Amino acid sequence: MEHTSLLERILRGIALTLVVIFFMFPIVWILMMSFQTNETILRIPPQLVFKPTLANYTALITGKLTTAAGTLDIAFMRNLWNSVFLSVTSVAVALLLGVPAAYAFARHKFRGSEDIAFTLLSFRFAPALLVLLPLTLYFQKLGLANTYIGLIWVYQLICLPLILWIVRGYFEDIPADIEYAYRIAGHSWFATFRKIALPLAGPGIAAAGLLAFIFAWNNFVFALVLASADKQPVTVGALAFITSSGIQYGQISAAIVLSITPTLALALYAQRYLVEGLSLGAVKG
Amino acid sequence: MLPYVLSLPALLVCIGILIPFFTSVVYSFQRYRLSQPWARQFNWGDNYISFFTDPRFWNTLEISLLYAGITVLLELLLGLGIAMLLQKRSTLNNFISIMLLMPLMTAPALAALMWKLMTNPGFGVLSYLASLIGLQDFRWASSPSTALFTVVLVDIWVYTPFIMILLLAGLRSLPTQPFEAAALDGVPRSFVFFRITLPMLTPYILTATLFRLLDSIQQFDIIYAMTQGGPGDTLTVFQVEAYLNFFQSTNVGRSAALMIILWAITYFLSNIFIKNWLRLRERARGQA
Repeated sequence: MEHTSLLERILRGIALTLVVIFFMFPIVWILMMSFQTNETILRIPPQLVFKPTLANYTALITGKLTTAAGTLDIAFMRNLWNSVFLSVTSVAVALLLGVPAAYAFARHKFRGSEDIAFTLLSFRFAPALLVLLPLTLYFQKLGLANTYIGLIWVYQLICLPLILWIVRGYFEDIPADIEYAYRIAGHSWFATFRKIALPLAGPGIAAAGLLAFIFAWNNFVFALVLASADKQPVTVGALAFITSSGIQYGQISAAIVLSITPTLALALYAQRYLVEGLSLGAVKG
Repeated sequence: MLPYVLSLPALLVCIGILIPFFTSVVYSFQRYRLSQPWARQFNWGDNYISFFTDPRFWNTLEISLLYAGITVLLELLLGLGIAMLLQKRSTLNNFISIMLLMPLMTAPALAALMWKLMTNPGFGVLSYLASLIGLQDFRWASSPSTALFTVVLVDIWVYTPFIMILLLAGLRSLPTQPFEAAALDGVPRSFVFFRITLPMLTPYILTATLFRLLDSIQQFDIIYAMTQGGPGDTLTVFQVEAYLNFFQSTNVGRSAALMIILWAITYFLSNIFIKNWLRLRERARGQA
């Protein structure tokens, strides 16, 4: 654009450096804490140079923490497994149910279809506890409280509307003529969906699936309300860990690092899709 | 026939949302405490009427609006600033904008825990830095006077990148001719910003603002993970207050009434949003 003065370039450089420090510092700092023993963590002033140790990670992975006072059991790997299982299954179910539904909504305007789509969209912005609190009472009656099935069911409240709205937009962008031509050539409705619509909407489906996975993984309140210790994902598990183990700061940091790595890695790997999805879909961290 | 079958799951989720929603409406008109199930009965508007004279409710409303207002305003200013710094496409700028995605992808509850560790009075690095600039014994989230500041800081850390991304996409999609013309005519930069950039960016700013407002007024994860609404009732925003009412004082009726009021606020805001968004979407499609 316009040529800029030296002073302005320096000021811009300083501002950008401050921005990067502010947003990166917490992640870097927790990463550093996760490689320290409690002894170096508690030192004042905080240490920038230390001998890194993997002890925190081994303690988490083996589930046993040996201290001078004795051995402590850590169930954090269980939380990590729960997060993986709940997020992957929820997104798979949501894709399986949501993509065909999105196609139906995009291609066939039938009575009520807009109403359903609108209800889903408007509740996307509704407070989670409004739906969640009565659900806990229902789930207790139905025996669904603290079951994986119950949790996956509830996770559909985030995943399915997201996939429906994003993927529907992508299907609508495919020219109907292409599909029509394929149909006229004597192919069935399902073959058209599978051979034409699905591949063309592929990037949209990937973006929606990715976003749904991140939201499912990062969700906190659903499992806080509906799951007890053995079914909790990392978001709730880490909070319980911090209160139960009190002073094991090294392990807590390592647990946080393990919990945020999957979403950060996915985000960096597929950032192009993500930006597209974020601007299209509804966002809830 | 097939479209109906295919949209069945969406319909089921709809029902799965609407049944608990109407249940909440019913609860909100009842005197209903989990600890006294025998005393459960309809009291019609009593839960709502008692809010008028209930200082806890006014505190909840005030702190929720304050939290939403402060976070969205600051994130908007910061996000716009950062987007303008990164506007020019260069390898470094693209790299930085990808790095800034990381806080947004961190679970807000975990982000709160990270900041909790950093603000620990014993060893937290931020407590240490605060003491260096003369703030001895700065209590962060555990003092009523700085708790709001601390959770707002975490919210800014997590969500500013969201606004930055939307506005960056907006800035980069603006037509270049008006800016070239203004540069040729030697128009002052502040004039360009207020008269050209801002008006053309308005749709993006509105989208980002409404998204964030809807989210922020319902904030639960950060506040609950950081302080459980405390110290005292300093941070009992709507959802935290409803959660505590439900699980601690087991007052289902009051909890439901709180959620209905919050829902009414978000419904009003989201309707504005959805209408605008659909109009923009139609317009975008019309041009394509």
